[in-house]
Parts: sequence; structure tokens; C-alpha cells
Amino acid sequence: MQKFNTLKSIPVYLPIVNIDTDMIIPKQFLKTIKRTGLGKNLFFEMRYDDQGKEIGDFILNQNPFNNSKILIAGKNFGCGSSREHAPWALLDFGITCVISSSFADIFYSNCFKNGILPIVLEEEKIKELSEYANRKEEISVDLNENKIVYGNNEIKFDVDKFKKKCLLEGLDDIALSLKKSEKIENFEKDLKNQKPWIFND
Amino acid sequence: MPNTLYDKIWNDHLVDLQDDGTALLFVDRHLVHEVTSPQAFEGLRNSNRKVRHPNLTLAVADHNVPTTDRSKGISDKESKIQVETLEANCKEFGIKLFGMNDKRQGIVHVTGPEQGFTQPGTVIVCGDSHTATHGAFGSLAFGIGTSEVEHVLATQTLVQKKAKNFRVNVNGKLPLGVTSKDVILQIIGKIGTAGGTGCVIEYAGDLIRSLSVEQRMTICNMTIEGGARAGLIAPDEKIFKYLKDRPMSPKDKDWDKAMEYWKNLKTDEGAKFDKEIDLQAEEILPMITWGTSPQDVITIDEKVPNPQNEKDEDRKNSLERSLNYMGLKPNMAAKDIKIDKVFIGSCTNGRIEDLREAAKILKDKKIAAHVHAMVVPGSGLVKEQAEQEGLDKIFVNSGFEWREPGCSMCLAMNADKLKPQERCASTSNRNFEGRQGRGGRTHLVSPGMAAAAAISGNLDDVRKYQN
Repeated sequence: MQKFNTLKSIPVYLPIVNIDTDMIIPKQFLKTIKRTGLGKNLFFEMRYDDQGKEIGDFILNQNPFNNSKILIAGKNFGCGSSREHAPWALLDFGITCVISSSFADIFYSNCFKNGILPIVLEEEKIKELSEYANRKEEISVDLNENKIVYGNNEIKFDVDKFKKKCLLEGLDDIALSLKKSEKIENFEKDLKNQKPWIFND
Repeated sequence: MPNTLYDKIWNDHLVDLQDDGTALLFVDRHLVHEVTSPQAFEGLRNSNRKVRHPNLTLAVADHNVPTTDRSKGISDKESKIQVETLEANCKEFGIKLFGMNDKRQGIVHVTGPEQGFTQPGTVIVCGDSHTATHGAFGSLAFGIGTSEVEHVLATQTLVQKKAKNFRVNVNGKLPLGVTSKDVILQIIGKIGTAGGTGCVIEYAGDLIRSLSVEQRMTICNMTIEGGARAGLIAPDEKIFKYLKDRPMSPKDKDWDKAMEYWKNLKTDEGAKFDKEIDLQAEEILPMITWGTSPQDVITIDEKVPNPQNEKDEDRKNSLERSLNYMGLKPNMAAKDIKIDKVFIGSCTNGRIEDLREAAKILKDKKIAAHVHAMVVPGSGLVKEQAEQEGLDKIFVNSGFEWREPGCSMCLAMNADKLKPQERCASTSNRNFEGRQGRGGRTHLVSPGMAAAAAISGNLDDVRKYQN
């Protein structure tokens, strides 16, 4: 997994609440058997017209926002389906940090598996940061210090310590869990005794 | 200390708990489908890892399968590749798969319970948010992403943090024509689509206990639409009876031993909930969604909201956006909304009882001339059962199409989809923009309400057609 440390970018602001994963990446693109190449289809229905032409009014089609690495959005971002294609599409587009006042649980967890940092801030702070998007000014995110720096201000944000470590070091979850193989084996042994029906054999 | 049902299942599955609260949770049952698994299997191959417990894993193709004649296979090239990839992966890693022409094939959340793969007190996961369905059996069941699918395949565990406990009590009796679909829509309307974020919901109360197993599944299924990771209901005799003698249910001595354990799976008296709400069943009416979020609910007797009455600016903008997408005018009566299509099916309402409920309304009636309507049974076994009961004939005689099982127009990954601006009364679970096809407009309803809409040609009150 790609590491996340610090990031500087002009943010793009989507002032829509309840952006669901169908909006982020519609189902016709879930037929892929790869993780890559989904960036061009990010927010497909808002980004392209019926003929497949870019819709100029949509913010991600505009310079400099087509190069934004930070997305600021309305509350309950990523609700709906568990499709990891949503963070894959964001990542492939170049977005590695999403800021909102709340996230849906599965999307939130999927971000961390893909080197994307989701940040939860109060609505008020979201409005403040969105001004930087409107003015096309850069903000920077520092995961080491748990802070966002904008102009002469900074905001601290919370992130789970373990998730932070994994993101900073780009750790492979599975390898970490496999280090606990002995514990898993012991658990399975007990399980076979206590709930023999679980194993189907 | 008294524990909730969720606490108990959680504690029973802890393989490891770090000081920071990060837990490694054992997974008893893993369901796999073709859309969210190819990259996980690829990951295993790239790292030279195996599936730790193939026999705790069950696979079925459901999202991409055609619901029309399957003898010629899948015509869409990408869909075909995805389904074939699942077949190849299951073969390579030794996982049991119900192929497209197996009568046990169906929507993963219909198939799991039907086979007895779903069991009380287990942790069940699937790369699909509607995994919450299985919570109806008193299991902790939730959707995961593809990286997590790979993690479960490789380790039979999942890294998790404990969620909060949220109890939703529903007491009383439902009025005639009101179903568990209306109950869950009402709950989502009340708590909002983010109301359950960070929580596991336990549904309790005498109304919940009075519901059949399938009706409970409908409620747990849409828990995710209220933002909660999982929804569950304490198992009881109805659940045990349902599971007895299913192909993958425990047998003989194992059954007795399982029953001993299952019978104690309930929340202790005095257990603490972080959140709790109460609903009275008598107050719930047939519901519809008018907008593009499952929280946009009104009763069939109500009117579409007017954004001008909203003080909150975000909410107002959101209402306007939804109305515009849905092609509706503020203050329009629900019953004046004319529909083009009707879809009965999905992991929410594609089971035998759902089909019976719709057929009861449709018997000896014809659907409106301008309506195109289809029934997609949740599995091959549901289809077979319905045909034995003659339900297929009732549907076909009324003007419905009788299809092969799958996810179908719930998410329109196969050929079944709405055209732009087409309006559908649907028994599925999501009314998001574009969910049933680009520009398509979805109104979520119960199977009875979908049947009523098909007959009337507009959203209508199912009670009108009740005998």
C-alpha cells in the first residue's frame, strides 16, 4: 500500500450531502477485475453527458480542480454499497485525502486500506476550508502531526492510532494479522471443541 | 455486567485485542460474489497465500447474471469475464460455488439463509453492504470491502473496532397492509441515513418478535441504509425451526449442541445501550420514498415535501436536487406519481413470502397498460417454490414478466435497467441517483405496494386492493 505522510493541494469542494458510492463510481464500472483504471469514471454521471462528453460545469472537470488531491464534501460521504471501487476510483484520479463532517463506516475503513486519509471535521471547519477551494488556494495535510494547515491557521484532526501507523508506514494488514497466526490457531482449536458445528466437517 | 447480544457475539469472537481497542475478530462464515472478489483472489495469488478455511466460505454469482434465458450464457463480455473469474477462483482455491445453472443459485443474501449457512451467534461477512440481512438470525453480519475480503480469505479473521450499541424497539401490531418493509423505511426516515453510523442496531419489541424469519430479514437487510454496520435480532424458536434440516445446518449431536448455545443468545436484562428509540407499530402506514435517499420517506397518504419550508440551507438544497432529479413538483400527492416500471425482487424483498404478498394483490387483476413489470425471484429455490404454488401464473396472467433469479434491476449491473427519466416502483433497497440505470427514478416500496402500483399505474395504497 502507498504510504501517506503529508499532502499539499488546492482542495476541490463538492457541497453535496450523502454522496453515495453509486455516485462516486456507478455499477457499470464494477465489472472490472482490476483495481486500477477507474479514475476516468469517478463521479461518472455528474462528470459526463449522455454522449460521454465532459460537462464543463462540473467542478472536477475544471482546472485546477482536475488535479486536486484533496476532496472536501458534504456529510455522510461514501454511504451505500461496500464497493472498494469507490476509493480505488478516487485514488486513481489522484485524490488521497477526503474531508467531510461524517463518513459511512465501510467507505471510511476502505480508505485506509488504499492509502487514502479520510478526515472528519465539524461542519463549521468544512465551510472554512471550502473557502480555500473557492479561492483556489492550497492547503496542506500533515498526518504525522494530525493537522491541516491553511493560510495562517491550523486545525487538528483525530485519527485512530493504529490506522495512522498503517497509513504512515504503508503496512500490509494481512501480513500484520498473520503475525498473530498462533493466536488464530489457538482460537480455532477452542472453537472446534466448543462449537464443533461451525467447521462443517 | 449485563451484555447486549452484540457484546456477547463480539466477545465470543475475539482472537486478539490490542490496547488501543483494535480487535482481531474470527469470521465463521464468509460469503463471496463475483463483483467484490476478483481483486481479493488476485491479491492472494500475488502474495502466494491460500484460503485459510475454504469450507467456511460459500460463493455464488448474483450481480451480473442475466434474468432471461440462460442457455446461451452471458452476452455482456465484461459480466461474462467476471462470472468466469469467480468460477476459476473458486476452483483454484477449493471454494464451494453455486453456478449460474444450479437451482441453488440466487442472491447471496437469499442463498446463505436458505442453505443453513447463516447461523445464530456467528460472525458473517461478505463484500456486500446488504450482508446485514443475516442479522435476522442473531448473527453479527456486515459488509466489507475487497481488501477485507482478501484479509478474511487469508486469515479467517478481520481487524475491527467495536461499534456502539443502538436498540430500536417496535411494539404493537401492524395495521392491515403494512409490512416489515414499511417498518424499516419508517425507521430510516426517523433516524436518517447516517443515524446508525458507528453502531450495531438490535431490533427488539413484541412487533419484531411477531415477525416471520423472512420479514425480519427485510428489516435487517436495510439496516445499512440507516448507516449502521449491522442489524440483528435475538434468535428464537422461529429461527431454529427455519434452520432445522437445511443442507448446511448442524446435524444430529451438533444440532443439539448448537441449540444449547443458540438459546442463550439474547441481550441481558439491564444491558446498556448507547442509543435507543421506540416506535409504535399501529402508527406505521404504507410508505414510499419520494427522493434519492432512503431517508426520503412519506406515507402513501402524504405529499412530496416543499423545499421552501426548509430552514436549513443544506437540507433545502438537497431537497431541491432530489426533486429535480426525480422530476417531481413540491406538494405533489404521492398517489399522483405515475410510474412506468415495477420491479419485485432483490435481497430485501425477493423471498417466497414477498412473492406471495404481491401475488395476493395481483390475483385476477391486470396491470395498467402503460406499465412494464417484472418479478425476479431471489433464488432458484424461491422460483421453484413459487412455481409449485402457482404464483408464477398469477404474475404472468396479470401482465408481469417472470424471470430467472439474481440481483437484477436492484442495481442494474446486468441487462435489467431503467432508461433515463423512467420511473419505477421497486421493492429494492436504494433509490440513489442512477441506481437502477442512468437517469432512472426509483420509489422504494413493499411488495404489496409494488403490486398495487402496477395495477393502478401510479403509486397507490395497497389497502385499496386488500380483501
